[in-house]
Amino acid sequence: MTLSLTNTAKTYADGTRALRSTNLDVAQGEIISLLGPSGCGKSTLLRIIAGLETPDEGAKLLFNGEDFTQIPVEKRKVGMVFQSYALFPNMSVRGNIGYGLKMQKLSKTEINTRVDEVIELCRLEPYATRSITALSGGQRQRVALARAFAPRPRLLLLDEPLSALDAALRGQLRDELAQLLRSFGITAIFVTHDQDEAMAIADRVAVMSHGEITQIGTPEALYRAPKSEFVARFIGAAMPLGRHIQADTMYFETSTLKLPAPAAGKTAFVRAEDVRLDDNSPLRAKVMSVTFLGTHYRIALEGLAPDPVFALHSALSAPKVGDTVGVAIDPAAILMLPAEKKAA
Amino acid sequence: MFKSPAKLFQLAITLLACAFLLIPTLQSALAGVTVNYFRGVSSGLTFKWIIEVWALYSGSIFLSIGLALACLVCTLIIGVPAAYALARNPGRLSRMLEEFISLPLAIPGLALALALLQLYGGWREFRMSWTFILVGHVLYTLPFMVRSVMSVLAAIDLKTLEEGAASLGAPSHRRFLDIVVPNALPGILAGALTVVTLSIGEFNLTWMLHTPFLKTLPVGLADSYASMRLEIASAYTLIFFAMIVPLLLAMQWATARAQRIMS
Repeated sequence: MTLSLTNTAKTYADGTRALRSTNLDVAQGEIISLLGPSGCGKSTLLRIIAGLETPDEGAKLLFNGEDFTQIPVEKRKVGMVFQSYALFPNMSVRGNIGYGLKMQKLSKTEINTRVDEVIELCRLEPYATRSITALSGGQRQRVALARAFAPRPRLLLLDEPLSALDAALRGQLRDELAQLLRSFGITAIFVTHDQDEAMAIADRVAVMSHGEITQIGTPEALYRAPKSEFVARFIGAAMPLGRHIQADTMYFETSTLKLPAPAAGKTAFVRAEDVRLDDNSPLRAKVMSVTFLGTHYRIALEGLAPDPVFALHSALSAPKVGDTVGVAIDPAAILMLPAEKKAA
Repeated sequence: MFKSPAKLFQLAITLLACAFLLIPTLQSALAGVTVNYFRGVSSGLTFKWIIEVWALYSGSIFLSIGLALACLVCTLIIGVPAAYALARNPGRLSRMLEEFISLPLAIPGLALALALLQLYGGWREFRMSWTFILVGHVLYTLPFMVRSVMSVLAAIDLKTLEEGAASLGAPSHRRFLDIVVPNALPGILAGALTVVTLSIGEFNLTWMLHTPFLKTLPVGLADSYASMRLEIASAYTLIFFAMIVPLLLAMQWATARAQRIMS
């Protein structure tokens, strides 16, 4: 086990609990994503690992069995990519990338060799001598990554590394970042609020909510077997389904659906891609709205749950608003989750 | 262009204002190189007075330059770290401290000098040395350095830049030297020129603190007005001008540069 956090919590001076007691184990070479809405404690956890925040008493941070809880940030040998990149405007691209090596008191030739190596790896050759202010957002992001990676850190930490970019560039750089991190072969933890980003880059995703890790697992596991309503809603936008469940039957306003197993007392969720329009199905719903999205229609349906349920409909035409349509849902695609107490 | 009466009126006012500002300056400068001021320029032009001023007061000029440079060193050593500390820890206490540092701006130099005399007047050696005047100058110019550096530091995300440097292994003194100082440089430069200019021109406080053996440039100027013939005093003004105008120009340039960084 490379990195191991035990009982890590953070309470701010004003009493705000940013992070509840958290345990996390990260294996060598693994890429972990901390995913959650803003204010869920993901950045706080990352900053504690970096040494930029002090955890509450009782926390224990181990790296290969060695306790580094009390080691200050400059001695932790962690690379950090900041949301704003925090590149030094008084230095060139080379100067930024070489700064960490200079702090390790390496010789000039060693620094130059390593800087060249990293510049090539991150494909920054054309910009090496430029000043930071002459770079685009995407180039700055690569320089920030190169700078964090150059001193051969034990751990690479990335705080929302793509959120400062515009949407079009973000998709492209997401794949590039995933590929670069793999080629580095480094243990990395990155924070994001974007589930696509987390799924595309990480080996395992830790979903966080209200200062806690609610579930951690591979992207597939989180998507297919969420353990809580929050994870189901956050990953893949699952929607509650049905009025109520009795034994193995789910009741809707006008019809019922047989479930594979008794599920009384549980809450059912379904994703838009598992809701199909099928005229032969006895399950009926009323069309509330139709949105054309190019590859498919997104249709809001009334009558399947207290809230509208969306269906993704791939066809050349769509029903009209107000039509009553048949809906087919594969019972196996329905996620059965323990009912959560509604917040008052 | 000047067809409308309103435009003509504007032009006339502008020219009048310029004349109001420039004529005394030119007249004073001219007096410094006129053989006999009371007979006018017709008496001929000469560098005699300037040479005489140099002979009489070159000590004052060098003292002023030395004082200004010493004052600059002190304000750099005290002011830059102080500005950094204030910018890094914003809050009520910092604002109060900033106001406190700025107090000498609001208090007349004479009052400041009196306080210094009351406090240190008994220490004869100190009282007689040039460092006594230096203390006054540092007190008076420090707020300019602190504010100038602070305004530049406030415009950059210092905290994150420092965190970046720390994550790369830089201990706090390297972060200050490698990140804070270079990025604050435009503010430091603007502050430095202000400090030097103010120190060279300071009269109020210096006049109270000076001894007959320690006359700075402006104090010497007052002395020459009081006791020398008018041509010598005017020649003195001319020398003063020649020193202070390039400094003022450099200051404007540095301030413009600092503002470009901040925008």
